[in-house]
Amino acid sequence: MAPKTYAGITVDVNEEGYLTNSSQWTKEVAVEIAKEEGITLTEQHFAIMEFLRNKHNKGEALSIRSINHSGVIDVKTFYQLFPGAPLKKATKIAGIPKPASCI
Amino acid sequence: MEQKYPIKKVNIICAKGAIEDVYATLILGNGAVMEGIKTNLFFTFFGLDAIVKNRMDKLHTAVVGNPALRLPGGMRMPTLLGVIPGMEAFTSWMMKSQMAKLDIPPVSEFLDLITAGGGKVYACKLAMDMFKFKKEDLWDQVSSILTVGEFYELAGGEGSQIIFT
Repeated sequence: MAPKTYAGITVDVNEEGYLTNSSQWTKEVAVEIAKEEGITLTEQHFAIMEFLRNKHNKGEALSIRSINHSGVIDVKTFYQLFPGAPLKKATKIAGIPKPASCI
Repeated sequence: MEQKYPIKKVNIICAKGAIEDVYATLILGNGAVMEGIKTNLFFTFFGLDAIVKNRMDKLHTAVVGNPALRLPGGMRMPTLLGVIPGMEAFTSWMMKSQMAKLDIPPVSEFLDLITAGGGKVYACKLAMDMFKFKKEDLWDQVSSILTVGEFYELAGGEGSQIIFT
């Protein structure tokens, strides 16, 4: 665990760059992490990240399937918003742990 | 973690049509798509059932000749029980309901997730001919019907792996 500063805010991250304390997360922090991932955040990004954060706070497991049931965006759009590894990137930018799910 | 030789593409062959065989392919395939790995799924022989429209969501698991199959409680399922009418359908229903509890989607929805992420689905030409299937019998999002040679062409490239489930 090491502290890192994004947008003037110091947060704790693990060796993979995921926030270890999701309450330190702010939208400004998200914008900076997203930049490192090569992503410029839009309202749609924030809407789906809010869904992911809520789900995480309720202790529910995150899966790619749950995105389709989010009512925010479909899976295809999710892949377009976070190209490459969408769930891993979206959780990283949303300040929550990397999902331990196989689906 | 940075790898020196990362897997960039997987080509998964599904040749069997039981629930567990098809899901091995789907879970490996979806997992690859989620990691940003280019993914090709190739369905052949009995595995074709997974991409035949009116069969894909009605797969069964074998209750005869399946020594790993156990009854609730952990006792081995005697082979003779497997021949009771309805046992295969019941066991298959049980498996599907257990998977649904883990948020594992039905076959058609799982394939939707894979193709939404850019994964491609192919059918084997020889098996299509053998089982007398036509293109119209297949799930709408099957990219094309391939010969073995075409499959190998597709599978080529640095960091590419062929997996047989």
